[in-house]
Amino acid sequence: MNPLSLLAHLGRVVLTALAALGRLSLFAVSTLTHMLRPPFYPREFFSALLNVGWLSLPVVGLTAVFTGGALALQIYSGGARFNAEAVVPQIVAIGIVRELGPVLVGLMIAARVTSSIAAEIATMKVTEQIDALVTLSTHPMKYLVAPRVAAALITVPLLVAVGDIIGIAGGYVVATQNLGFNPAAYIKNTVDFLELKDVVSSLVKGCAFGGIAATMGCYYGMQSGRGAQGVGAATKSSVEAAAILILAANFVLTGVFFSL
Amino acid sequence: MIRMQNVHKAFGDNRVLRGMELHIPKGTSMVIIGGSGTGKSVALKSVLGLIEPDSGTILVDGKPSDSGDRDAFLARFGMLFQGGALFDSLPVWQNVAFRLLRGTLKRPVDEAREIAIEKLRRVGLKADVADRLPAELSGGMQKRVGLARAIAAEPEIIFFDEPTTGLDPIMSGVINDLIREIVVEMGATAMTITHDMSSVRAIADNVAMLHDGVIQWTGPVADMDASGDPYLDQFIHGRAEGPIEAVR
Repeated sequence: MNPLSLLAHLGRVVLTALAALGRLSLFAVSTLTHMLRPPFYPREFFSALLNVGWLSLPVVGLTAVFTGGALALQIYSGGARFNAEAVVPQIVAIGIVRELGPVLVGLMIAARVTSSIAAEIATMKVTEQIDALVTLSTHPMKYLVAPRVAAALITVPLLVAVGDIIGIAGGYVVATQNLGFNPAAYIKNTVDFLELKDVVSSLVKGCAFGGIAATMGCYYGMQSGRGAQGVGAATKSSVEAAAILILAANFVLTGVFFSL
Repeated sequence: MIRMQNVHKAFGDNRVLRGMELHIPKGTSMVIIGGSGTGKSVALKSVLGLIEPDSGTILVDGKPSDSGDRDAFLARFGMLFQGGALFDSLPVWQNVAFRLLRGTLKRPVDEAREIAIEKLRRVGLKADVADRLPAELSGGMQKRVGLARAIAAEPEIIFFDEPTTGLDPIMSGVINDLIREIVVEMGATAMTITHDMSSVRAIADNVAMLHDGVIQWTGPVADMDASGDPYLDQFIHGRAEGPIEAVR
């Protein structure tokens, strides 16, 4: 291949990516400004709180309990190779709170909430419901986007906190029932080892991941093409983008909290 | 009341509107006809600001449509969408009273519900429909609910986008009659886009034929059959032969 055409192709890819990033950034800024300025739609907001928060509890709880249990087994069998089985409570706590809790909750929210937001808004777009909102003097960013993103920013950290507790509980049950750990000592080791910074980092990550998940759902929904194929493509792209951005943000935030 | 002057709009290489000129006097009913993909919906959405024209001027009461308070501008309009565009998550009465439950036209909930039920009755629906969800209604009922929503806030200008598409001939006749009655009763200015010639004859005071991005012919509905315009003649008689290519 001609080096110049390769360079041109590369340039087009970079420009396309930068343009997409620009559109997404503008969308995020617009969302933020609409969240802060009236009119507000409390009914939409409370409905989003219910959908993003309360109705996500079962999937978050199940993910956390199984992950906590599996983590305890892994650390016990891995630690046995160098006589470090006793560190199970500490490693489960730090692993869940700092990393697995927020990341798995974020990914579960991406699967459950991002997809449903993208599909709902995309369907509204292809059936002209969004145009109808405009003709009824209602700004779609205020009515559809701002309440969903605000609800995710508030509820996902709470879901992460719940996920952390359930994940540690999963490890506790496996460690005390299957691996012979003393229940009181397990709890004491967990509580003593965790620092405030670990919990704060977990909640900050939850807030960031919630914002990413809801924003991606809204963004791809609003950008949807026509017909069923457009709705499908918007839903798929929203989940892919949310999952990748959550993992990338996790890396960045972990680096930030490590450096503190 | 509504005037479009030299309006152009392209989507990529597809030049949909190529200098469209149209005037709709206050209190009259204008029906725009034309083949699929000729830009009728684009013209209608351009007036509302749902699509931004590339160039040209759209005036409503002599003022540019893109100037001034947007909410106040939109509060003057009601629109019936082709597929109804009812909000799936809201019961019928909240769809109808949507504008009355929020924003500058907000009313107490009980009053908004009463108005919604009255508007539903006006379009021939019983009060028990009010608490149903849009998905539980037939296509014709959804159109009527859309019509009730369009008139709920008593707008000065009402747009109808393909009001009879997908309906059987009897239901089409019912909707056409309702539109005509409501427009006359409210003294509203109406703009309708349709392919359906029975709608044209039932609804229109004036007709405009859009083809190749410009208005090919416009005049009173009574003059339509004797216009002598080959484009209009071909369209209203549904002939495959003529200046309009059958395969576009």
